[in-house]
Amino acid sequence: MANPTGWKPSMEKESGSGGTAGDVGAGGATRGLAYEEPLVFEHAASERVGASLPAVTGKVDPAKEIPAALLRGEIEGMPSLAELDVVRHFTRLSTWNHGIDTGFYPLGSCTMKYNPKSSEAAARLPGFAAAHPLLPDEMCQGSLELMFKLERALSEISGFAATTISPAAGAHGELTGVMMIRAYHLARGNARKKVLIPDTAHGTNPATAALNGYRTVEVKSGPDGRLHPEAVKAAMDEEVAAIMITNPNTLGVFESDIAAIAEIVHAKGGLVYGDGANLNALLGVARPGDMGFDVMQFNLHKTFATPHGGGGPGSGPVAVKASLVPFLPLPLVVQEGPAYRLVTDPKERPQSIGRLREFHGNMGMFVRAWALIRELGPEGLRRCAELAVLNANYVRARLRDVYHLPYETDSLHEVVFTDKLQKGADISTMDVAKRLIDHGFHPPTVYFPLVVSGALMIEPTETEAKETLDAFVAGMRAIAEQARSDPDGLHAAPQKPVRARLDEVRAARKPVLRWTPGMKVE
Amino acid sequence: MDFPDDLQYTRDHEWCRVQGKRATVGITDHAQDALGDIVYLELPAVGDEVKKGEAFGVVESTKAVSDLFAPVSGKVVEVNSPLADAPEAINEDPYEEGWMIQIEMSDPKELSDLLAKAAYQKFVEEDAE
Repeated sequence: MANPTGWKPSMEKESGSGGTAGDVGAGGATRGLAYEEPLVFEHAASERVGASLPAVTGKVDPAKEIPAALLRGEIEGMPSLAELDVVRHFTRLSTWNHGIDTGFYPLGSCTMKYNPKSSEAAARLPGFAAAHPLLPDEMCQGSLELMFKLERALSEISGFAATTISPAAGAHGELTGVMMIRAYHLARGNARKKVLIPDTAHGTNPATAALNGYRTVEVKSGPDGRLHPEAVKAAMDEEVAAIMITNPNTLGVFESDIAAIAEIVHAKGGLVYGDGANLNALLGVARPGDMGFDVMQFNLHKTFATPHGGGGPGSGPVAVKASLVPFLPLPLVVQEGPAYRLVTDPKERPQSIGRLREFHGNMGMFVRAWALIRELGPEGLRRCAELAVLNANYVRARLRDVYHLPYETDSLHEVVFTDKLQKGADISTMDVAKRLIDHGFHPPTVYFPLVVSGALMIEPTETEAKETLDAFVAGMRAIAEQARSDPDGLHAAPQKPVRARLDEVRAARKPVLRWTPGMKVE
Repeated sequence: MDFPDDLQYTRDHEWCRVQGKRATVGITDHAQDALGDIVYLELPAVGDEVKKGEAFGVVESTKAVSDLFAPVSGKVVEVNSPLADAPEAINEDPYEEGWMIQIEMSDPKELSDLLAKAAYQKFVEEDAE
């Protein structure tokens, strides 16, 4: 253990003597060599170039080969850099980032799951990755088979008759789902006028309803954070096309009256739309199709661990009950004997709402999701839900004495706290979130859901180990303590990132969105 | 928290100052405090019709985006347009500089649904529980 030279790695906590060297956050955050990096436009003008074009031979003058109207004059401030300059520029910027591969990322309602490298490897197989989207069916049978099997698996996992996998992401899936609902009602002679949406909904739900020409009607949740059948009954009439419900809802609470609510909506001819954003809590345990939902979108980039955010694109398949199958968008994959065929002709599906996405959808995400489903199997998927719920409840139990819990109702995969206990010291949710960065954690979702004042919404997901959760809990508890002992320190947080606390108000009120030559940015 | 005596209030935290057939509308001190720093505002145009209880605009803070609800129905006759470029006035002075629109009321009887200062203050306190 003892090193004869006496050298000690500086990250060891006990080695901290003076300065900030010993200031290690609960998540292990400490100092590191970080580069300042100007905008690419602000690099000193150089004569370097990153491309080597062949010399012009013969009497050709490129300027004369291109029509004058298409020629561009001098571009002021156009950077001129070598390949290495550009690579360093973007690599340095990337080191300022925090991702799930760097540290804990408990962004509630967004299910920031670790993306297993086995899924990444499968998606990079050239047979999938390099397949041209215009290949005839007989030359991409493997891709079609994977799409077909993914569709079958998603339908089975969620308890629906069939699924379209083409929508590009969650909100696009919602749009697709409500378009099908509209088509369903239209086929019965009346598209209807309203969509009911609980006050705990994702903001995309009312937007989806409005885009489909529906008026949204808000339904209030009860004091336990749940939607109550009486509230739905009072709002329900034959003008209502559908209700959009997230289950578990954005408080992380299971809508235990969902079957009764579905019955009320169905009795008046309405449909029940399920926002599958929180499906992770139910995987392999309960099926939305069995609860009375008629349509539901998946977020493969949440529940099935395909990259989320900048690593996307996303993928938002939509599952439907048998009554909605005729309206599914194209294309669809069907199995015919030993072969698979892509259905693209609307004549085969005259009631289809049509095409919502070019080609097949986000194929790379299908491969990743399918790889995950096969890697985990039914037992493994169930373990995901169980561990996700366990992890959220562990954090809840370990923090509820220092952070206010607005709802006593049991949590599933995420837990919502507030800043109520810190408000006396003038510490807000934003201060807590900012200080978590200094500890080395990505902040949780803040100020959402809107029904909770000062919400801090924590979703650990199933992949985090108990040690990570303990470190996060230690960080959160240290912040609660600091709120009492050193509130000014919290107001100034974070200090450790390359950029300290940003002036978000000024950034939003007076945004500078465009670089111009010679501009000075403070 | 400041709630002037001469105003009438909604349960959605708008205030209303009535002069003859005209009602000037803004959001309350409580609303601006709960929203935090307001960074963006979307208001209707002069001549638009607004309906009691329905959204007439949008206010956005660093925390959240909220609809603005009309306390009374009628026609928008004036809009505080400088506010769009200086939404901080809503935080600093919600009842004077921070006024949003003026409505020519189509049905002044709707005013009877609004709350007087004491009732609104009580509503805010109960809401905080």
